[in-house]
Amino acid sequence: MNYHYKFAGDRAILVVFGDELNEVTSKKVRKLAELVDGQKILGIEEVILGYTSLLVNYNPIKISYTSLQTTLDNLILQINLTENESSKTIEIPVLYGGNLGPDLPEVARLNNLKEADVIQIHTESEYTVYFLGFTPGFPFLGGMSKKIATPRLENPRKRIEAGSVGIAGYQTGIYPVNSPGGWRLIGRTPISLYDPNTKNPFLLSPGDIIKFKSITKEVYEELVKTTKKGGRFDV
Amino acid sequence: MFKIIKPGLLTTVQDLGRKGYQKYGLATSGAVDSYAHRMANILVGNQDGDATLEVTLMGLQVEALKNCIISITGGNFNPCINHIHVPMWTTLKVKKGDILDFTGYTSGCRAYIAVAGGIQVEEFLGSKSTDTISGVGGIEGRGLEKGDIIHTNGTTRVKCHYNRSLSPSLIPTYPDNIKVRVLLGPQDDAFTSKGLETFFSSEYIVSKDSDRMACRLEGPKVEHATSADILSEGMFQGAIQVPKNGLPILFQAGRQSVGGYTKIGGVITVDQPKVAQLKPRDRITFEQVTLQEAHALLREQERLFQTLRVHS
Repeated sequence: MNYHYKFAGDRAILVVFGDELNEVTSKKVRKLAELVDGQKILGIEEVILGYTSLLVNYNPIKISYTSLQTTLDNLILQINLTENESSKTIEIPVLYGGNLGPDLPEVARLNNLKEADVIQIHTESEYTVYFLGFTPGFPFLGGMSKKIATPRLENPRKRIEAGSVGIAGYQTGIYPVNSPGGWRLIGRTPISLYDPNTKNPFLLSPGDIIKFKSITKEVYEELVKTTKKGGRFDV
Repeated sequence: MFKIIKPGLLTTVQDLGRKGYQKYGLATSGAVDSYAHRMANILVGNQDGDATLEVTLMGLQVEALKNCIISITGGNFNPCINHIHVPMWTTLKVKKGDILDFTGYTSGCRAYIAVAGGIQVEEFLGSKSTDTISGVGGIEGRGLEKGDIIHTNGTTRVKCHYNRSLSPSLIPTYPDNIKVRVLLGPQDDAFTSKGLETFFSSEYIVSKDSDRMACRLEGPKVEHATSADILSEGMFQGAIQVPKNGLPILFQAGRQSVGGYTKIGGVITVDQPKVAQLKPRDRITFEQVTLQEAHALLREQERLFQTLRVHS
């Protein structure tokens, strides 16, 4: 397996598996993250996944750079890409278009499609959670069809509501918290990806599979009521 | 126990940060100047990781609702108790009804107030640190407001810890012109040799847009050899990101967990507290060191903390 190390300050090392975004490279990153987290090696503090690399934070007082590299070399040897991941499949209900998906007409127009086609293409793929970042619980997803790829907005919005589902280039994603952002918004989900008041604040983990499901306004409003009552939408 | 009379520019509850959730996109947060934060705790007999108040530049005024022992470290904003100047980097007795406030400016950007026993707020995912972006930790995930009550741990470990000061040689002076040491990577190869030379030979000025997340710089542009964009990857404390405009951004405790721009290097751990104390218009230059040098300096610093703790 090809990989190399890079310094990331004096308390982190970057394990780089490639420079192209693809499913196999992302899987190597996720597998190593799982192995490192599973071993609980003294001196290794936490990992952060990226598209093609894993950042490993360490405490040089407890583990030397050399033994850190040896440890990681050994773990990388254990990466088995044919082995299934301990992941879950999650269905995300989305109300597409209208006020909650104001950019759906533009996404359709730029791709010479009808709005209904965009929805169909967006809902028929399975998406892998490559990693989470940017804001708490924000998933970077792989697997979107190129047919609905759309460039980011030139002028990002100052505020995007939590639950908004968007497209930026070849990626699709969901905003877990209110934040600024430049993704084209095509719909909104009533379920919460990040809820600090629950025992497991994050709905998604790296490696999980997402499927979007188109729902009606009535179902959307019903689900909003359920989540407001404090009940977590059951997936 | 304290009551906030005036919250000042920004005052938050911080400890050493929230570890282990960056892979879910949650920032670590924590004290930006971990040196001053840890020293404040050591002076009053706390653990390094107990929560302190991080005070930004000016305006904080609090009333003590109980007798307690405190210490104030970090930037010097001329702290007073009942309008009388009090020394920093030492233990101070505060009586019920006393008013603590910051009345001026001498140096630095962030002060830390530790209370014997530690500040008590509910932990979120193992930390008391306030993260205003995610709205968690501290008091309701926000900066302190007028009328907030800050609870402190009732147990008094204070008796033997009164009347202690830190050796002046261990007290930083926070000049407004600093040099920090940098380890190259992970994307130093994305810059031209001219770009690298610009970075290490130029003086940069701290922008007014700097905050707990990042210290932003203005000055000569660092030239890229390749694109300034990278596939998003993990971010680290001290990271020096250089986006397309060529102006370096130094990432601090409040940084987000991933980033999509090239990073020329990282400010070494022992120098990060110096960056934490820079305020807008201050100046900074960079010097390259090796990993071995960076780790030797870190070991030296940790031995110091260990010694101070053993004798506390």
